[in-house]
Amino acid sequence: MENILEIKDLHVSFDTYGGEVQAVRGVNLQLKKGEALAIVGESGSGKSVTSKSIMQLLPKPAGRIKSGEILFEGRDLTKFSEKQMQKIRGSEISMIFQDPMTSLNPTMTIGKQIMEGLRKHQNMSKHDALQRAIELLDLVGIPNPEERVKQYPHQFSGGMRQRVVIAIALACNPKVLIADEPTTALDVTIQAQILDLMRDLQNKMDTSIILITHDLGVVANMAQRVAVMYGGRIVETGTVDEIFYKPKHPYTWGLLSSMPKLHSKNSELLAIPGTPPDLANPPKGCPFAPRCPHAMKVCTEFMPEFTQASDTQQVACWLQDERAPKVEPPETIGVGGAGR
Amino acid sequence: MTIATEERQKYVEVKNLKKYFKVGRHAILKAVDDVSFHIYKGETFGLVGESGCGKSTTGRTLIRLYDATEGEVLIDGVNVHRKMSRKELKELNKKVQMIFQDPYASLNPRMTVKDIIAEGIDIHNLAKSKKERDEKVYELLETVGLNRDHANRFPHEFSGGQRQRIGIARALAVDPEFIICDEPISALDVSIQAQVVNLLEKLQRERGLTYLFIAHDLSMVKHISDRVGVMYLGSMTEVAESDELYDNPLHPYTQALLSAIPVPDPDYERSRERIILEGDVPSPVNPPSGCRFRTRCPFATEVCAQVTPRWTEQRKDHWVACHLYDDEYKGNFNR
Repeated sequence: MENILEIKDLHVSFDTYGGEVQAVRGVNLQLKKGEALAIVGESGSGKSVTSKSIMQLLPKPAGRIKSGEILFEGRDLTKFSEKQMQKIRGSEISMIFQDPMTSLNPTMTIGKQIMEGLRKHQNMSKHDALQRAIELLDLVGIPNPEERVKQYPHQFSGGMRQRVVIAIALACNPKVLIADEPTTALDVTIQAQILDLMRDLQNKMDTSIILITHDLGVVANMAQRVAVMYGGRIVETGTVDEIFYKPKHPYTWGLLSSMPKLHSKNSELLAIPGTPPDLANPPKGCPFAPRCPHAMKVCTEFMPEFTQASDTQQVACWLQDERAPKVEPPETIGVGGAGR
Repeated sequence: MTIATEERQKYVEVKNLKKYFKVGRHAILKAVDDVSFHIYKGETFGLVGESGCGKSTTGRTLIRLYDATEGEVLIDGVNVHRKMSRKELKELNKKVQMIFQDPYASLNPRMTVKDIIAEGIDIHNLAKSKKERDEKVYELLETVGLNRDHANRFPHEFSGGQRQRIGIARALAVDPEFIICDEPISALDVSIQAQVVNLLEKLQRERGLTYLFIAHDLSMVKHISDRVGVMYLGSMTEVAESDELYDNPLHPYTQALLSAIPVPDPDYERSRERIILEGDVPSPVNPPSGCRFRTRCPFATEVCAQVTPRWTEQRKDHWVACHLYDDEYKGNFNR
């Protein structure tokens, strides 16, 4: 399958009073046509910064792309002017934000907000745009769309607002949809509705999705491929089955083991000791080394390169080196989170 | 658990607790409406439900942070909501402590960690000298996995997980018997959540603490709790031992809630059948008549709108409020 989006050696930094914070330090990613790629990681791992770089939505002037390329259908987005980006945003690449309470304009009707993109990008007439807005509301499962289209965001509940945000994002049939923690602010039963909707829409519209989340359950539910981020770098990528059943990086092991299993008896959780690295002063070697139970001397000194664990799985860890001792993953790995 | 339930001492007993808030001139928000349950000594009771179901209000009303509208709460045999002298209230406050959700908002940014932790020690005169006070603080810091150098720092110098540890140290300072943990881990990252949960479990083993653990993360609640109560729109829908509840959920809401949790297991996710509830939680200002869940319940019939379900014991220690299991109304459903 061809790559619709390709990120090459991306470095993003923020200038703060405390000095330069290197939020993203050399990220390589490919998004294939029609797939759902999940980027997982803890807060501060650089996952949201990566996605905002794609959209060129980094807060200016503090945040800047230091180096690297973001190729969208072969064109480098980092070289685009603001005007060129405006043509891309919302029409070819669009975004769903985390908090549906703040990502809608409270002073505009829902209909107007959906029509905005259609009028701008597709030069639709008012009448056609309104028709399309009603269709979209219907598509995302909002009952009574003819009435709802005239209402304001405060008249919608949280789950309904997130549906509206999805409708806006999908209005111009984007090729890439970036969903930044789309269900984090929602309750579980509403989250189930939204995930169901997103999967359904992906099948219908053949959009490629980048899903950013910290919830591994959501990843297992939605994604085909997963990239695990830590300390501004990708530490492991692979298909969803590889990451969940045959993970190779100790951080991925730690993440999976620190979650309770739903269907098994209680046992103590395997917590990862310590805290994530401070990216104002990033470690020289592997960012996970200070918290890694298998850390060796080389880990703190040199950054590990990516090694190919299978055709689709890559991992950046010194344990993959032939000179490294053989380390078995913890017993909890490979049985799956359902704990059967 | 080897001790038979009959012999276990009920540490907290909540009887028909109601907490109404006035909103606007005429409207009343029934945040907690006729909730009864009990917590045994030394156990962890989990309280789950979606936002706005009244779980936090229940927790707060339990220790008189809110005055109850009706009903009573007995903690260690003492009715919390009766008229109390200052001395009695102080005694209650020493027995019961709380850990809050947001570690960024629950610590005073202008106080040092030492003063935050020692506030309870000062109020209850638990230290005779300054030296003893310091020693106590150092000991508490070490108990929660921080070190004594941290005592003179301010909250902003700590990460979320560390702040939550400070919150736990503060709660432990007065040697409480009962701790209410109101979403203590929801604001933390996954790898840090496990650290805090393990710490809470360790402290319970060492000190015989009783916990009320309020959360919306059902898999974590199952992990930490002995028994779990499920709330929906201000009322308790089901209470059971946690394994029993997760293996045999009776109430349609509990079933839907459990089936909605995404599990970190791709094979399981691909094959499972989900019960997806339609619509949203109705407003607690004007809740549905009869059973509050009926507007979203796949099994609802007329009787659900007319009669409020009774609280019945369906299996041993497994209580549920649903007509589906009530002998009198069972016949109205064709399942």
